[in-house]
Amino acid sequence: MYAHSSESLIKQAREIQESELQKFHSRLGKLLQGKELGHEAVDSLQRLHIILSATKYTRTSRCCFQMTQSMSRKLKPQQAGSRADLSSLCAQLLRSLESRQSEGPANSLTHTLPILNTILTHSPDCLTEGNHVTLLSKKLVDWLRYASITQGGGVPSGGFFTGPRSRQPVPTAELDGTVSGDFFTVLCVGQGFTEDQWMNVYSFSMLRHWLLTYHSVSNGNNTADTDDRSEVDGSVVSMVSATSSSSRLLPPKERLREKAFQYCQRLIEQSDRKAHKRTDTDLQKACLVEAVCILDCVCGEDASLVYRTFPCIKALFGRLSSDLSFARVLLPIAQFYLNHGEMAAVDCECVWKLVFGRFPAELFNNQFLAHELLRFLRLNLESLQLRVPQYSHSFPNLLKFLAWDSPAVVDDFVDLLPSLVTAGTAVELLHTLLDLPCLSATLVLQVRCSHTSESTCLPISEPGGRGLLSLDAFRSQSFRGLFLFLLRGEAGSGDTIDRLSTLHELLAETADWSRVVQCAQTVPVLLHIFFNTVIAVADEKLLAHLVQVMLERSSLLLNIPKYNKEIHRVFSSHLLRLCKLHPSLVVDQSHELLEFAGATAKVYSKEEIYTHVVWVLGEYLSVSCDSRCSVKLITSCFETLEAVLFEITSSAPPPGADCPVPRVVTSLMSALAKLASRSHDLIPRVSLFLSKLRTVTRGGPVAWCSDEEDLVAIVTRGEELWSLLKAPGVAQSVLTPPALVTSPQWHRDTNVAMLLRLRLGLAPM
Amino acid sequence: MVRCFLIHTVCPVSALSSGESRVLYSRVFGPDEGAWSDPDRGLSPEERRLLQKEKITVVARQVRSAVSLSREASGRLLVETVSGEEALALQEADGGVARLRAGDPFSEEMSALWLAVQSLGFTLVCEPHENLLLAEGTLRNLTRHCLETLHMLGPGSEVLLRSNRVDALLSRLLPHGQLLFLNHRFAQSLEKEVAAYLAK
Repeated sequence: MYAHSSESLIKQAREIQESELQKFHSRLGKLLQGKELGHEAVDSLQRLHIILSATKYTRTSRCCFQMTQSMSRKLKPQQAGSRADLSSLCAQLLRSLESRQSEGPANSLTHTLPILNTILTHSPDCLTEGNHVTLLSKKLVDWLRYASITQGGGVPSGGFFTGPRSRQPVPTAELDGTVSGDFFTVLCVGQGFTEDQWMNVYSFSMLRHWLLTYHSVSNGNNTADTDDRSEVDGSVVSMVSATSSSSRLLPPKERLREKAFQYCQRLIEQSDRKAHKRTDTDLQKACLVEAVCILDCVCGEDASLVYRTFPCIKALFGRLSSDLSFARVLLPIAQFYLNHGEMAAVDCECVWKLVFGRFPAELFNNQFLAHELLRFLRLNLESLQLRVPQYSHSFPNLLKFLAWDSPAVVDDFVDLLPSLVTAGTAVELLHTLLDLPCLSATLVLQVRCSHTSESTCLPISEPGGRGLLSLDAFRSQSFRGLFLFLLRGEAGSGDTIDRLSTLHELLAETADWSRVVQCAQTVPVLLHIFFNTVIAVADEKLLAHLVQVMLERSSLLLNIPKYNKEIHRVFSSHLLRLCKLHPSLVVDQSHELLEFAGATAKVYSKEEIYTHVVWVLGEYLSVSCDSRCSVKLITSCFETLEAVLFEITSSAPPPGADCPVPRVVTSLMSALAKLASRSHDLIPRVSLFLSKLRTVTRGGPVAWCSDEEDLVAIVTRGEELWSLLKAPGVAQSVLTPPALVTSPQWHRDTNVAMLLRLRLGLAPM
Repeated sequence: MVRCFLIHTVCPVSALSSGESRVLYSRVFGPDEGAWSDPDRGLSPEERRLLQKEKITVVARQVRSAVSLSREASGRLLVETVSGEEALALQEADGGVARLRAGDPFSEEMSALWLAVQSLGFTLVCEPHENLLLAEGTLRNLTRHCLETLHMLGPGSEVLLRSNRVDALLSRLLPHGQLLFLNHRFAQSLEKEVAAYLAK
């Protein structure tokens, strides 16, 4: 569809020769001298524009540029180059609004409001001069509330025999065809429209922005009002539009607010009608959103309006809450409840049940809703954390948005995740994050199974028509519990499930589904955020629990290519960090760490995290880190690691596995040396091993190390350790430096500097 | 307010590296921002224009990426439609919204609503507090008109040569970036005006 011809046109433009361009330029100049711009002139300008765009002004086409500038100025007379220009433009526009334009085309005013709105966006203080604000407020009131209620356009009402006399004014109609009974709004239709009806549309279109900006700008201007100030309190004014005469006593700002209020109420009523056209139904929804936002805004300015507004909003909520197709309308309603619910002492429970319950659970695949809901959360985070007790437990539901469409919403979760990390739910959250790809797969299966899946036509059945294991499992009774756990809406019913490995097996074939892979790619960054946040709120007990989870889950992950490696990398860095911050964790969790370190298989499959476990054991299993550390513990740790080291350096790797990474071997050796330096009886055992190692490797290549350079590095390290251990006292202070060394002045002390070099040499990185 | 509207490619283009997008049409709304935004104040009009162009390119690239990830995830096969099947093409279109973080590339956060019709993307960049339901409807309407008046489903480089048609459309349906609450009657009236202009 994107045509080859477009590309070739661009190529031509880029390659145009200087002489050709000059000829074109002069021909164009002649065309532009005429008063009217004909087709040819426009066409030539287009081509010139393409040429200039394609070449980025590398040509000496300054005059061409000037030509297009002057042309666009001719076509857009209202260009303002500076602030002063802008102010006079404002004044000019407002003057044009004020004079009643009975002659002239209907469209002469139509751009005025959009232009003013633009000025409002970029330079709101241009309007505070003179009585611009008052003037515009009055005009807006007129157009919004008092536009004509008969159809415009001069449409003849009858047939052949009717003449101008029989032309009756026909009232405007509602979207369902009934005759309009109240003032004109954007949801009214007619055969043609009068100018003030057009202005009604333009006014409403900019109303919210006006109210928001105006009220931050106007406060210096009230003395310019010429209306009498009313002493009537706004809340006394009747809600019914027919009896709004008393509102005429209100100053312009308050009057506009009142009319805006009435307009929005009318829109809400009008949106309940069944429109004939689909686009009008969509417009009704958009109007509902706008109306609620405007009501929220005016209630924010005048708190007394809250009591008048809430019944209407409540009724609207009641009308829409059971219909998920109105979900996007319910979000501004939720915002209204959040902003004013407390003041009006209204129970908001039902609202939060929707926002944190039904919406994520049933509409996770609605991109627009996801975007708006997550934005709502981001903007109101503090307020929600205060007012909505179930917020921090809602992450299983909220994460469904991420599991379904990670690329679109990962940014939002980067912002939101810290607020979901609490001490009470941290462990469950960690498990949930690790199983996000499983959730992703489950949601795909759920959508596949539901009959209303219009969004995905994922070809997930095998070409041969073979049924999918995962789909069958999802549908079967015996595995229901597993999937139901993943699909749960709230935290608190358990950290994870026992049969996690079963679940991973059942979902094994989903590991190459795009959605699952995209989701898996976001988990590492979320884990980093999780750990960075949890450190601030966790006590040692919780941190210990998290270490356990890391060790346990390192072998319990859905088998997606690269996923396991990435997760292990994240785990490794945070394990290190946690232990550095709380060294006593190592003694505390020594049982679990030793169990992990003692499993030789892990050397081959989980070398990254294995190395780090070994390192923390070697580094922090000492009395100086935790007084509970006994000789017995050190010995038992030593023996565990020794056994593994023997095993991996005495034979070839098991079939199918590569040779152990050299770093694993050296970290095991270093750890043993460190432990031995704290319990000197162990030194002979290490020394023996290290000298044996030297001997064996002198005999040529070994089965457990394929690279000669690596072997040399291992042996060299072994020799360093061996010589260090010959002087046990020195070894101890080098390999278990006192806490003082870890503080930043060490580089200045010459003695300590050597220790530092050695320490760096012994670190796993 | 809508910041800009663009039409760009969302498929691989041989002259560009993968991931890049060719911008076929772009329109930025609002006064010449550079005139009083501090960081850009010292720039000449040409430089400002280039900077703006760069920003548009960044948006196009981000949307292109969002579109391809979305299509990949949904696994749907793209069905080629031809001229005359605009309504069908629109129905089959993928749609979504991307969050553009503050600074990347606009100084404030923006929401980029997009509709991908086969190899073309239609993107509306809005301030996030904007009525996105209305914006979505407006985008759909604009896209339909563009597809029809520019015969975009067929071969030909109409979109490049007839950008004034898109300008005319935007000046009615999205004047100065203002989203309008148009019921079908008002919309019809504006569309008649556009048709009349294009016929001249």
